[in-house]
Amino acid sequence: MTRTSRIPLATTIAILLFFYIPIAILVVNSFNASSTGGAWGGWTLKWYQKLFANEEMWHAIRNSLVIGVTSTLVSTAIGTSAAFALYKYSGTRIQKVHGVVLYMPLVVPEILMGISLLMIFMAVRLPLGLFAIFLAHVTFSMSYVAMVVLSRLQDFDATLIEAAQDLGADAWLTARKILLPLISPGIVAGALLAFTLSVDDFVITFFVSGPGSTTLPVQVYSMIKHSRNLPIINALSTLMMVATFVIVLTSQRQSRRA
Amino acid sequence: MGEFLEFQGVSKRFGPVKAVNNVSFSVKRGEFFSLLGPSGCGKTTLLRLIAGFEQPDSGRILLDGQDITQLPPNHRNVNTVFQNYALFPHMTVFENIAFGLRVARRPKDEIEHEVMSMLKLVQMEDKAWHLPSQISGGQKQRVAIARALVNKPSVLLLDEPLAALDLKLRQRMLLELDLIHDQVGITFLYVTHDQGEAMSLSDRIAVMHSGVTEQIATPAEVYEAPKTSFVASFIGDTNFFDGIVSSVPDDDYCLVDIPDFADIEGFNGVLCYNDKKKAVGGRVNLSVRPEKFGISIDPPRRQFAHMNVLRAKVEDIIYTGNHTNYWVSVGSRRIAVYQQHAGYLLDEKPIRWGDDVWLYWNADNGYMLDDEAAPDPGLGDNVKGV
Repeated sequence: MTRTSRIPLATTIAILLFFYIPIAILVVNSFNASSTGGAWGGWTLKWYQKLFANEEMWHAIRNSLVIGVTSTLVSTAIGTSAAFALYKYSGTRIQKVHGVVLYMPLVVPEILMGISLLMIFMAVRLPLGLFAIFLAHVTFSMSYVAMVVLSRLQDFDATLIEAAQDLGADAWLTARKILLPLISPGIVAGALLAFTLSVDDFVITFFVSGPGSTTLPVQVYSMIKHSRNLPIINALSTLMMVATFVIVLTSQRQSRRA
Repeated sequence: MGEFLEFQGVSKRFGPVKAVNNVSFSVKRGEFFSLLGPSGCGKTTLLRLIAGFEQPDSGRILLDGQDITQLPPNHRNVNTVFQNYALFPHMTVFENIAFGLRVARRPKDEIEHEVMSMLKLVQMEDKAWHLPSQISGGQKQRVAIARALVNKPSVLLLDEPLAALDLKLRQRMLLELDLIHDQVGITFLYVTHDQGEAMSLSDRIAVMHSGVTEQIATPAEVYEAPKTSFVASFIGDTNFFDGIVSSVPDDDYCLVDIPDFADIEGFNGVLCYNDKKKAVGGRVNLSVRPEKFGISIDPPRRQFAHMNVLRAKVEDIIYTGNHTNYWVSVGSRRIAVYQQHAGYLLDEKPIRWGDDVWLYWNADNGYMLDDEAAPDPGLGDNVKGV
């Protein structure tokens, strides 16, 4: 009998601990009655109560959701059409350029995007605020949507479109009955990704948000400066983590579906 | 039976490549018509032009008297069986077949009835509610045929429909296709590079090469009386002889001087059937199928009115059971000879390697080809089809 090495198991456990201990501490502390977090002061839900009573927080959440939903809708529409253009006319010079341009926001450092967007908005005298954040989020989300949808399209068998036309379907019917059902998992996955990115984004938003247009991450950042707010942030983080987890899980299910 | 599907001077180029070059021919109603040729000969382009996936650069396509050249694919009464089947993966077998009828907004009970009778025709009733991913290649093939046929197209286009199947299945589907064609009576246009498929299924075959139709004829005509050296060598095996008419003894036959045989003592020309009415000095490119030759140790008795007899030396022998392939040298030529064994006797004096033999053939079995110079000497130097 060969003895299996324990190293892989040990490594796995070590990595998991490294990843999840901070999160676990955060979750546990959100239920910790002691506000310093250094010691256990008994179970409590008061941080959650405070969180729900915090007007500014609710305002920020509303802003985040409004921007998240609108920028997701718009970036999904633009990103999907971009993916179609890249797919249908692949190989033409203009689409090669298009592909690179679209890929840029994925690799350009966020801080650079934030600064350049800020400069653009200043230059055109666009007031910083919700609309500016919305535009900024669309700018980077649509690249992600396009990449997700494009990968779906590249698996798509183009003769199916010819087959549908051959059987009498016009372009609209072909799109509705054949193309959309087959690539919709890609579009949905792209949209979910765009939404998560939008709600999560701090750096770019920080540059282009004006007074009164704080989103959740920016609000969290401003609250974290005061240690008395820390347990509230813990409670918020716990809730957000649960929400994100649900979204990511759904998104993975969608993109895995054949 | 009038002309049903007609091509009038159709051309299509992709960049610098002339995929289809001024093609004109017509298909009769109810016919099983094949486009046969090597890959890149333009046969699939021609099919896509009929389906409407491509537009010709010039020329017209007529279907039942109507000019369909400019019609989009969804307005043409033709349906296609795609090479990779192109079944809709998110729909059941039933929904796949029903797609065309639903698009045409046919009543629900009628759709049900039509689809079910199609499923019955292709023997797939029990798989109606399966997804394409849950059925085998041969079954997908049947569904693809049913999906196209259910719309009662004027012409059914089949693009190498058997290419993706293994040999056994291909042979079975071949028989079934033939049966389906007999049952539905629809015009079939079949694209293939496989001469066996085309020969066994078709009423007529168009042999294509480099964007043009080299010959359009029945399978037997294409084989027995090939028009060009391409047709002669693409379908079956053959020997080419290049020569010049030396004399024209009567209206039907001529004597051809073949330079390759010049060294043979007493050679005074090969007699051949002069259907092209060549005069003395005319160039002749002759095709003689390997199985048209007779070969014997003893001098042959005169069997035909116009017979060619030559001395040859056996260079190679391959025994394959139902026939034997010989390669013999005549003058500076190698000639392939296939012999059936009508009554092979083991104690018969066999032909052996190195034997001097008599080679003879009926002058009527040599065919003058349209093109005057053969691109290669045919089977004499390459051993395909053994």
